[in-house]
Amino acid sequence: MKVMAQMSMVMNLDKCIGCHTCSVTCKQAWTNRAGMEYVWFNNVETRPGLGYPRTWQDQDEWKGGWELRRNGRLTLKSGNRLKKLASIFSNPKLPSIQHYYEPWSYDYETLLESPVTRNYPVARPYSLLSGKPMNVEWSGNWDDDLAGSGEHAVKDPMLKGIEDKVKFEFEQTFMFYLPRICEHCLNPACAASCPSGAIYKREEDGIVLVDQDKCRGWRMCVSGCPYKKVYFNHKTGKAEKCTFCYPRIEVGIPTVCAETCVGRLRYIGIMLYDADRVLDAASVEDDQDLYEAQVGCFLDPYDPEVQRAAEADGIPGDWIEAAKKSPVRRLIMDYRVALPLHPEYRTMPMVWYIPPLSPVVDVVKETGYDAEDRGNLFAAIDALRIPVEYLANLFTAGDVPTVDKVLRKMAAMRSFMRDINLGGDPDEEIAASVGMSAEDMYEMFRLMAIAKYDERY
Amino acid sequence: MSAGLDDKLSDALVGTRRFFTRAQVSDDHRAMYAEGGRAGDSFYRDRWSHDKVVRSTHGVNCTGSCSWKVYVKDGIITWEAQQTDYPSTGADKPEYEPRGCPRGAAFSWYTYSPTRVRYPYVRATLLTMFQEARAQYGDPVVAWASIVQDAEKASRYKKARGKGGLVRASWADAVEMIAAAHVYTIKRHGPDRIAGFSPIPAMSQVSYASGARFNELIGAPMLSFYDWYADLPVASPQIFGDQTDVPESGDWWDAAYLIMWGTNVPLTRTPDAHWMTEARYRGQKVVVMSPDYAENVKFADEWLAPAPGTDAALAMAMGHVVLREFFVDGHVDFFDDYVKKYTDLPFLVTVERQKDGSWKPGKNLVAADFENAARTSENALFKPVVFDEGTGAPVVPNGTLGHRFGDEGVGKWNLDLENLKPQLSFWSEAAESVAVRLPRFDAPDGQAVHEERGVPVIRVGEHLVTTVFDLMLAQYGVGRPGLPGVWPEGYDDPRVPYTPAWQEEITSVPAEACARIAREFARNSVDTQGRSMILMGAGTNHWYHSDLVYRAMLMLTTITGCQGRNGGGWAHYVGQEKVRPLMGFQNAAFALDWTRPPRHMTQTAYWYVHTGQYRYDTFLADTVGAGMSAFPGQTIMDLLLKSARMGWSPSYPTFDKSSIEIPDLAAKDGVDVKDWVVDKLKSGELKFALEEPENPENYPRVLTLWRSNLLGSSAKGDEYFLRHLLGAEGAVTARQAAPEQRPRDIAWADEIVDGKLDMLMTIDFRMTSSTLFSDVVLPAATWYEKHDINTTDMHPFIHSFNPAISPPWQSKTDWDAWKEIAKRFSELAVDHLGTRTDLVVKPLWHDTPEAMATPHGVVRDWKLGECDPIPGKTMPALIPVERDYTAVYDKMTAVGPLLDTLGTTCKGITYDVGAEVEKLRQEHGVVATGPAAGRPRLDTDIQVAEMIMMLSGATNGHLATQGFRTQEQRTGQRMHDLAAESEGRRITFADTQLAPQPVITTPEWSGSETGGRRYSPFTVNIERLKPFHTLTGRQHFYLDHDWMLAMGEALPTYRPPLDMTRLFGEAEIGATGELGVSVRYLTPHNKWSIHSEYQDNLFMLSLSRGGQTVWISDQDAAKVDIRDNDWVEMVNRNGVVACRAIVSHRMPEGTVYMHHAQDRLIDVPLTQRDQKRGGIHNSMTRIMMKPSHLIGGYAQLSYFFNYIGPTGSNRDEVTMIRKRTTPVEY
Repeated sequence: MKVMAQMSMVMNLDKCIGCHTCSVTCKQAWTNRAGMEYVWFNNVETRPGLGYPRTWQDQDEWKGGWELRRNGRLTLKSGNRLKKLASIFSNPKLPSIQHYYEPWSYDYETLLESPVTRNYPVARPYSLLSGKPMNVEWSGNWDDDLAGSGEHAVKDPMLKGIEDKVKFEFEQTFMFYLPRICEHCLNPACAASCPSGAIYKREEDGIVLVDQDKCRGWRMCVSGCPYKKVYFNHKTGKAEKCTFCYPRIEVGIPTVCAETCVGRLRYIGIMLYDADRVLDAASVEDDQDLYEAQVGCFLDPYDPEVQRAAEADGIPGDWIEAAKKSPVRRLIMDYRVALPLHPEYRTMPMVWYIPPLSPVVDVVKETGYDAEDRGNLFAAIDALRIPVEYLANLFTAGDVPTVDKVLRKMAAMRSFMRDINLGGDPDEEIAASVGMSAEDMYEMFRLMAIAKYDERY
Repeated sequence: MSAGLDDKLSDALVGTRRFFTRAQVSDDHRAMYAEGGRAGDSFYRDRWSHDKVVRSTHGVNCTGSCSWKVYVKDGIITWEAQQTDYPSTGADKPEYEPRGCPRGAAFSWYTYSPTRVRYPYVRATLLTMFQEARAQYGDPVVAWASIVQDAEKASRYKKARGKGGLVRASWADAVEMIAAAHVYTIKRHGPDRIAGFSPIPAMSQVSYASGARFNELIGAPMLSFYDWYADLPVASPQIFGDQTDVPESGDWWDAAYLIMWGTNVPLTRTPDAHWMTEARYRGQKVVVMSPDYAENVKFADEWLAPAPGTDAALAMAMGHVVLREFFVDGHVDFFDDYVKKYTDLPFLVTVERQKDGSWKPGKNLVAADFENAARTSENALFKPVVFDEGTGAPVVPNGTLGHRFGDEGVGKWNLDLENLKPQLSFWSEAAESVAVRLPRFDAPDGQAVHEERGVPVIRVGEHLVTTVFDLMLAQYGVGRPGLPGVWPEGYDDPRVPYTPAWQEEITSVPAEACARIAREFARNSVDTQGRSMILMGAGTNHWYHSDLVYRAMLMLTTITGCQGRNGGGWAHYVGQEKVRPLMGFQNAAFALDWTRPPRHMTQTAYWYVHTGQYRYDTFLADTVGAGMSAFPGQTIMDLLLKSARMGWSPSYPTFDKSSIEIPDLAAKDGVDVKDWVVDKLKSGELKFALEEPENPENYPRVLTLWRSNLLGSSAKGDEYFLRHLLGAEGAVTARQAAPEQRPRDIAWADEIVDGKLDMLMTIDFRMTSSTLFSDVVLPAATWYEKHDINTTDMHPFIHSFNPAISPPWQSKTDWDAWKEIAKRFSELAVDHLGTRTDLVVKPLWHDTPEAMATPHGVVRDWKLGECDPIPGKTMPALIPVERDYTAVYDKMTAVGPLLDTLGTTCKGITYDVGAEVEKLRQEHGVVATGPAAGRPRLDTDIQVAEMIMMLSGATNGHLATQGFRTQEQRTGQRMHDLAAESEGRRITFADTQLAPQPVITTPEWSGSETGGRRYSPFTVNIERLKPFHTLTGRQHFYLDHDWMLAMGEALPTYRPPLDMTRLFGEAEIGATGELGVSVRYLTPHNKWSIHSEYQDNLFMLSLSRGGQTVWISDQDAAKVDIRDNDWVEMVNRNGVVACRAIVSHRMPEGTVYMHHAQDRLIDVPLTQRDQKRGGIHNSMTRIMMKPSHLIGGYAQLSYFFNYIGPTGSNRDEVTMIRKRTTPVEY
């Protein structure tokens, strides 16, 4: 056993309002500078949709992450490391700027400085790359709030295999938001892709960083990262990525994106894991077993054996205490409501998500349905607007029952709490029906709903 | 086989890396570890470092009131992030941290952006003229006169407006021109020919007060905003007698059933939305009513999608279900007790026989109407009665309007029923009944149809009376055995209003769903004692008939006992910002410490007249009134004039003579000025300015804007503004009224005057349409460069603005800019104005005895000889005030003496503030000499903030307690304990700099924060039996004013959106033609801006589509071959818009959304239609006024600033939309 600590995040998508405050505060703090105009370390995607950069999830196209070879060994999907070294001068699998978007600004000064004109002055857009006037045709968030649409989201890679379940029609509309930062993976493909050894995972907290002195701008990391969360600074010629705000984390304050999240949906905490188990876990054969395999790597900080080993591996005592209190650990391990994003990429991502509930569809509405009615509690999950299959494609490599279980827990929590809200006694059976104790259900409610600052971070 | 990477060869080769690096490579060669803090990290450490963090906030009209950390490095503002230090809400609730949104997070971009206004600017054409004239005449006022009196010159500089050519000017030159224009206008035309407009004070109260104080001191009206924005829910004054009071967002947590109906919380209440998402986990059920799949639908358990503008139909049907199941077929003690005690449902209404023999609901029966003990008591005409079950007689309960004023009401103005048992209904199988005629408005041709339905009646003296409740059941179509008339057979009967099946045909919401949600809503209230809540907002409130939409919704929250409960009732969220320290603010902003009364104007009416939009009403009032014959032969303009002359609404400019000339003329005639005015009005020698709107004596000349983008945001009928107000280019193609459609009592000039304004001045920090079209632009300090205070109703805290940097370049704070103007103005006034008497004409005010001017709401017009003109009674109050124009600066910068002699009054309670003024004297110091000698100084913005907070109960516990003690005398109810815990507490500016401060419970508002409780409106009314400020003192559903009765709106009802085809000849929705397809045109709030603020911000543009857009459904897009991001053009009679399309199936067919307020400054090409710059969202709209909003002088339907007035509705519009076929050119 090799105990390591990982700074991790859970985002509760059920609370995300898609406001993009996280994106703006992150951009302002970190990437508001030349060479990084198109870069959003933190972005928020409306799903269904194409994401940023467009179709990043289509690994048939982008070849990001790892794949399991027939010999049972993991290899970078874009080719083994030797091959990568051999092809550093012609990296074929890079998204073009158009896949992100061509950044632009406006000739704002015209508004003040315009001489006498025939028509009212106007500021026109021009490209921040070419300096020429342009017609804006894509942005980092072009399909925001579209709920898909026949024009764009039909190309959403996550619709593969469930095309019959999603119709882009008014009555069937659904959407939700997916905020994304770097996953700070336990098995980072970006680091493995880097020919210069410039990407490293911090020993003490697992934050994945690009050493700005060492980076030689090969961009293999951009290709290797299946989440497309390493970016190329076209001015410095170096790779940059989300740093998990380490200058803040180090002094005990949360990341910018988390602290400024007005949906209060981000949790930060320590996860202890057994580094010796990571490769095995990343190498399980069935994609749908990866979630459980990754959970299997995590260590229980209350386990005396783990505590002893952690001490031996040089983990400070207060980190073990932090791991005990970690809201991330509770959501991932105790309540089992948080799930990894695309476990099938086999990078062992460490930013996890609680999937969203959604309104019931009209057909149920017409026949009379009450979300809070115990009798309807679970029947409702199948009637939600967001197809469970879509969520499963994001969080469980397509394994529907696992997502279903999480949604049932959330629905059960609401029903359980309603009795309390109305001044009645809570019904322990509701908790039991989703495999939880009444106490755990109440504590989960407090963590997800009341979510005080000190509880979130 | 053991797990591993790649194959063994690669592993061996690549694995050698571990020997060449200092970092640690994992044994399995997957990853490289390294301890943090090495040289390569320093780049990001540098990036994060900063010198200081300053607390400030955003002075934007969003109700967020979020406290922010502003980061500064090397004297440069770098970025901002939310503060998280709000006082706790308690252990068992979420907190207010962090508050903020993406717009606010992008604000610092403006500081150094190329759109920042760095210096004063004047259009070169005008500046040159002025400099030349100044050189020629020496005197700036004469110089200004020489320009505006020269038709050629005036036309030249006015035509140049908006078309570039701004040049830098010095502060001294710019301010001198502004001061000269003001002095000249007062001298030549009178002070009420000047107006100031700055919206929504709550967000930056000192900044609002700066210009407002100047304007009020010179006698210029401040223009209202809440009604103008169409955000004022007129139903609130109608029902509650209150402008608006709503729960803080923390109170959503207390609700067990939440309907979001017309408010898209994640978008428009971004920092508050979490309360809604979190409350669901507490078992709250959430329902969303929205015509599109709005952002908040994601959080709902159910989504009902009523067709746009049909919400009242859904609400009426839900009311039908609740009345049927919980009041007629079933019975709930809780509801029964509530409606008897807190609503007008048990009050008696006469039923009156018409000439044709039919019966109609009449007037509230009052004590003066019949033989009873109170018949001759004080204010007996304003004491409505209930029928007492105990004594079997009609009785006046405590708490009516008649008890609110006068000696006899002392101790009786309360809701204590004592031994009284109000009878809700006179119905029994054997009851006498009559069938009353009730209008319905759902006919395909839009015309009213009358139906008869019976109500049980009894006789009181000569009167046949029923109860409001019985009328309500008749109105809602809830039948009972034995009553005559047309009744529905059941919920599934679509023929008779207002059944679930009836609404389904209108709204398309399934009848089943409608009935079930109504039932759940009421049942939840029974289970929780009133914790069912409806959040409502622009989506339901921006319609022409929004008052009716809201009345139907408020029926639901009120008859189920939810109003005045934590977690229950209405929650109106659009434009409702709350100046928590209201009383102090009113003094600072309206200079009530120096002069009373202030001039306040309803802005909708102002622009309806002065932008010439009245000329384009191609219909009579009865056409828009669905043929109710309420106002035969009259136009809306006629009704506006009537309203002004009867003292219902304010009207500025008031007369066709200057308000400072009139006192002189009276003096010359040796007559008291009031008598003079009455006399001359009667004889016709003096006219209201409204009677000749195009007469050069009668329109405004100077308009100043600050904190405001009138022309890029709120100006409904923007193209009319440009052409007629400014004399610039406007894209209006509407035709003017034909002779038979014109006003009866208004002089119809052959031509509209284009370019009425002599000067438009704007103070701003960024370029907007308003600065673009202004003659003078002054550079303002941003929100990170000044001191100010900020409050909202979304949370209970007051907090501050503070400068992170000094105002850069030549920008100044609003307070300093206005001081400069005031100073130069006062200097120029010495030669030109001196001290003058100004006749202020003031409408009849709410919360004063003037609200008893109109017994029974019977309209008597002195002009028609129906009564005598009596100032303050049957016409506006006439109040001469003295203005020393040379002392404006001195008065602006000192706290005035009227506070010592008159105290201060807020919502009917007068406070003694002698001790407070003395404290201000001690803390601010005293003015040594001059007109303000001996008065507390008011030099700095911080001192203004201190004055506001010192003089309000919300921030000064002594005043809160004093106010409650005063109220105790009138109500006879215990009150002062509500503020007792804070009696010694006073919030100072320094406190607000430390952290947001929770405010104190005060009589200025209707709810309580006492003991750290979440704020919910009307909890004091419900718990302390304090009456509502209405006729009955109860929540009021039956509005018996003549006009309401005539319009068929005495009771809640459904009226469809305006028929623009019938009124203006626009194409029917769905019709296609050369200009594309006709669609309903809505302007909801934008995700990427707060009104026009931020829509030009590069971050927001980068996250959206980078310019003006319109959302359209895939079906409509397909009809005219529009694809996503295609350039499109929208055309209607009001103007043209050139923008791009966003196509999504989340939009309903037949409706497009052009989000408010995308200004015309960013990426707007020339239009295909006329090769001119495309318009803004309001280029497609225009002002439509509703007669009922003009009512005044009667109980809760009396005027007060932003309390009541015509709303500039904007949701009933239609447009053609087509794909652009010509090249995009700029």
